[in-house]
Amino acid sequence: MRINILEYLDQAAVEYGSKIAYSDGIDDMSFAEVQEKSLAIGSYLAGAGIRRKPVAVFMRRHPSTVSAYFGVVTAGCFYIPLDEEMPAFRIELILENIKPEIIICDNHTQKQAEKFALSSKLVLFEDLISTEINPELLAEVRSSVIDTDLVYIVFTSGSTGVPKGVAACHRNVIDYIEQLTDILQVNENTVFGNQTPLYLDACLKELIPVLKTGAKTYIIPKQLFLFPLKLVEYINEHKINTVCWVVTALTMISGLKVLEKSVPSSLHTIAFASEVFPIRQFKLWKQALPQARFINFYGPTETTGVCCFYEVDRDFGDDEMIPIGKPFANREIFLIKEDGSSAQIGEVGEIYIRGSSITHGYYGDFVRTSEAFVQNPLNEMYPELVYKTGDLGRINEEGQLVFVSRKDYQIKHMGQRIELGEIESAASSSEKTGLVGCIYDKDKKRIILFYTGEQDDVSLRNLLTEKLPRYMLPARLIHLSELPLTGNKKIDRNELMNIYKNGGKLNGTDFRNTE
Amino acid sequence: MEQILEILNDLHPEVDFTTQTGLIDNKILDSFDIVSIVTEISNEFDIAVPAEEIIPDNFNSAQSLQAMIDRLLDE
Repeated sequence: MRINILEYLDQAAVEYGSKIAYSDGIDDMSFAEVQEKSLAIGSYLAGAGIRRKPVAVFMRRHPSTVSAYFGVVTAGCFYIPLDEEMPAFRIELILENIKPEIIICDNHTQKQAEKFALSSKLVLFEDLISTEINPELLAEVRSSVIDTDLVYIVFTSGSTGVPKGVAACHRNVIDYIEQLTDILQVNENTVFGNQTPLYLDACLKELIPVLKTGAKTYIIPKQLFLFPLKLVEYINEHKINTVCWVVTALTMISGLKVLEKSVPSSLHTIAFASEVFPIRQFKLWKQALPQARFINFYGPTETTGVCCFYEVDRDFGDDEMIPIGKPFANREIFLIKEDGSSAQIGEVGEIYIRGSSITHGYYGDFVRTSEAFVQNPLNEMYPELVYKTGDLGRINEEGQLVFVSRKDYQIKHMGQRIELGEIESAASSSEKTGLVGCIYDKDKKRIILFYTGEQDDVSLRNLLTEKLPRYMLPARLIHLSELPLTGNKKIDRNELMNIYKNGGKLNGTDFRNTE
Repeated sequence: MEQILEILNDLHPEVDFTTQTGLIDNKILDSFDIVSIVTEISNEFDIAVPAEEIIPDNFNSAQSLQAMIDRLLDE
């Protein structure tokens, strides 16, 4: 039985040695090189006496970043991926929570890293990889690691404005990768095109199955996702045949009518996740690539990557929704209604997940962990933690799970999970801002922020840019003289939606600030 | 020119689009903006922006977007 994800790397380095594992189209890294670099980095960290500790990795989107992740794990530590896309404020919050002794950066990120690496030691990837490998020390470290030790912490949006660090262990990742590799049918001929950022758990879909099977992953340069025709050319040029992308990356290509001009004909497996795939866009893809497998994935970071899948096996009407299907092997999904009982077929209930892929919870936050990782409500006899997703779903007549909506103010936008409360909390951080209320227009995929007070659009936008990741920035800022409140004096989001749809007016009252 | 500036200002009120010439190079626009701009241009000018026109050179400034629109209107 595997107990450490590094066993995949050990085996790959022996079996596939000089074959390319990761590439961005310019720089390549072979399986042997990935291992060599991770052993050097591991020797440095272990030599520094750091074990079972968080190590932050702040590097650009590049194959060497992957080797740094494995380097951290080689030292018996766990990595915290940071990225230049994250605003400085968010990085500071994360570092405050994690307090890593060491931050690994590279030549490209060094300047930026120096700004926030105040209480941590900053080390350069380019220096670390020349550390002399210490096999005895690493063997000793390896023998001490068990499969409930952590591999990484990745951060997701939290409604209070403080991001939550999901802590996943070796067992979680191994259980995930074993099932995922089967479902995607990954083998030595698979060529992945990675789209998801390396600072999320979503990238595990490509990075680890490559090691298990000797496949190859192209880490596609981010800028190509602005220019879909070039992106399709890139896919064909590198014969990429398998992608696991967020829906918005796929609909960008189909929505801009690129498939009429150029088809990514090398693709045979197209998996998508994070959002509902609009059927009209989906049909354009199906039409362009009728032979390809299309797989819908679903799953929260808290249960490691994704945990449900549906392979599209029939035509869908424009008003239908592609199901999220059935759980991977070795995990169970169940639905609990408001009254605490199990939902029957067709009934809506909250999605609960149980199995070995349930992560340890939120790093350094027992309170929020205990709210979401709870005793199985259907088990009264022995302790069993399950994850309560906050997503509502139902089982359709075919026995497939269908996503219904969120229970709270969490949304999915640009493939990312966002708590609207986090945006509100960022906007409120200036004393010039009065009340704020954030809503999401699902049709136009727009975040809209309403606010009162002396604040103006430009300075509020600058404030938000400073505090929030790019994908969380509202598309519209709307200044009102007052915000509609509910009976309990809470911001009335439903009324805000009505105001937005009616161009600022509701029931004859003009909420717009006309001063 | 005013129409295109309006579309851009709607997306990013904090940017001075009359002077900014590195909208792509300076990472001001993201993929979501590109989709929005293409959609808005189609609506406002009643033209389709073909896929081969969606390249960095055409999206780096308001001027280059206007030049592309003029070219497409001529065709």
